[in-house]
Amino acid sequence: MAEITLDRVSVDFPVYSGGGSGRSLKRFAMRRATGGRFGRGITDRVVVHALADVTLAFRHGDRVGLVGRNGAGKTTLLRVIAGVYEPTRGTIVRAGHVAPLFDPTLGMDLDATGFENIVLRGLLLDIPIADIKARMDEIAAFTELGDHLSLPVRTYSSGMTLRLAFAVSTCFDPEILVMDEWIGVGDAHFIEKAERRLESFIGRSSVLVVASHSEPLLRRLCNKAVLLDAGRVAAFGPVAEIFAAYNAAAAE
Amino acid sequence: MDAAPPLQRSPRAAPTGQDVGTDVLAGLGRWRLWGLMGWNDIRQRYRRSLIGPFWLSLSMAVMVIALGFLFSTIFKIDIADYLPFLTLGFLAWAFIAQCVTEGCATFIEAEGFIKQMPLPYSTFVYRVVWRNLIILAHNSVVYVVVALIFGIWPGATALLVLPGLVLLVLNAAWLGILVGALCARFRDVPPIVSSLLQMVFFVTPIIWKPELAGDRMLFVDLNPFFHFVELIRAPLLGHAPAAASWLVCIAVTAVGWIATALVFRRCRARIAYWV
Repeated sequence: MAEITLDRVSVDFPVYSGGGSGRSLKRFAMRRATGGRFGRGITDRVVVHALADVTLAFRHGDRVGLVGRNGAGKTTLLRVIAGVYEPTRGTIVRAGHVAPLFDPTLGMDLDATGFENIVLRGLLLDIPIADIKARMDEIAAFTELGDHLSLPVRTYSSGMTLRLAFAVSTCFDPEILVMDEWIGVGDAHFIEKAERRLESFIGRSSVLVVASHSEPLLRRLCNKAVLLDAGRVAAFGPVAEIFAAYNAAAAE
Repeated sequence: MDAAPPLQRSPRAAPTGQDVGTDVLAGLGRWRLWGLMGWNDIRQRYRRSLIGPFWLSLSMAVMVIALGFLFSTIFKIDIADYLPFLTLGFLAWAFIAQCVTEGCATFIEAEGFIKQMPLPYSTFVYRVVWRNLIILAHNSVVYVVVALIFGIWPGATALLVLPGLVLLVLNAAWLGILVGALCARFRDVPPIVSSLLQMVFFVTPIIWKPELAGDRMLFVDLNPFFHFVELIRAPLLGHAPAAASWLVCIAVTAVGWIATALVFRRCRARIAYWV
C-alpha cells in the first residue's frame, strides 16, 4: 500500500562559489595542510535552503499537486519523494514502488529504436524483462507511434518521445508516480489520453505527486495540493482551497 | 478496465543501500540494465561503421606493430620475443587506464540518471567496467593474431589469466566508486589523474622489459600496476605470474575495498548533490 511520510525534512544545497575553488582538491588539501591559513576560498561556501522543515503525509488515493512560484522548492520536493536527494535533516518514509517521470528522454538511447528504448526504460524502472516483453504490444499501442517505433528515437519529436516514456512509466502501475511539468509537450489528444490513464491508475489506489503551473490541469488531476513558499509548506489541503489561497496571495 | 491485470508489486525499501556492500549487491542485481547500457555505449560509438568495434582492435594492432618494430630495434630484442610481450602489456594497460579515466567521469556523466531516480551507484560503475571488458575482448583478437604468427601456445597456463581478470575487475569496481565520488566532489581531480596515469605508463614495464631495470628492481616490484599487468601478461605468454604479483594484487584489492567502503559510507548521500 503506497504511502509517503515526510517528517521535518530539510534540504540544503551547497553552492561551491569563489570561482569554483570550493570544487578544487588542491585548495582543499592546501587548507587542511595549513590549518586554514591558505586556500581560503573553500570556506566561502554558500548554502541554499531548498526545503525547510517540510512535514507532509500522503496516503492511498491522494493525488497531490505541488504549487508555488519558481524556486519555491517543487522540484526538490519531488526529488526527495523520488529518493534522489536524501534529506539533509529530517526523515522520509516511503512505502511503495516509485516511478519518477521527470525527464522523458532520461536514459533514452537516441540511436536505438523505439522498441529498444521501451526495454531500456523498463529496465531503468526495475521492471523484469519478461514483463516488459509480455506487455510490449500494449505499450506500443498506447504510444500510437506505429511504425515509428522501429525507427531511431533521434527522429522523434519531443511529444513523441514523451509518449514513449509515459507509456512505459505508467504501464506497470507504479504505486507512487512522481511527475514534474511533464504535460507541456504533449498534444491535446495525448494529454487527454494520458489523463485517462492516470485516472484509472489512481483508481487502483496509488499516490500521484505532480508539480505544475497549470491550474486547470491540477484541478482536473488532483484532489489535494501543497502550496510551497521559499522551501516551506505554506498550506496543504483540498485543491480548491489551496488555489484560492495561492491566487489571493498572488493578487496582493 | 485494462486488458491485462494490474501487476502487483511488493513495497520495497529505497534501492540504494547505506553501505558499499548493499549498494554493490543491489547494483549487481541490475545487471540487465548496465549490461544493456554498456553494449549501447559501444554500439553508439561504432554504429555507422562496417567493422564496428573492431576499429579498436585495428588501431591497437597498428600501434603495437609500429612500437614493436621501433623498440625491438632500440632495445635490440628479437621481435618474436618482444611483440607478444608488448601486445599483452598494451591490452592490460589499455583496460586499466580506461577504467581509471572513465571511472573519473562515472557519476558526473550519470548526472541525468542520478538526479532523476534512485539507482544503486554501483550500477554506473559496472556499466563502465563492462564496457571496457567488451573493448578488451575485441582487442584481444590482436594478441590471438600475434600468437599465431609467432607460434606461441601458452597451454593450460593461459587459464591463470581468468583469476587475474577477476582481480582486475574487482579493482576496477572499487576504483570506479572511489574515484567517481572524488571527481564528483572535486572537479580538478580528472586532470590530476590523467597526468598521473601517463607517468605510471612510462614507469611500468609495458614498453620496456622489467629485466632492463637492472638493480632498480624495487622500482618495478613496488609498482602495483606492474603486478596487475603481469597477471594478464604472464599466463598468456606461457608462464605463471610470480607469487609476489598475486600477493600484491590481492592486498591492493582488499585495501582498496576497505578504503572505498569507508569513503562511500561518508559520502553516498551527498553524491546526488555533487553531480
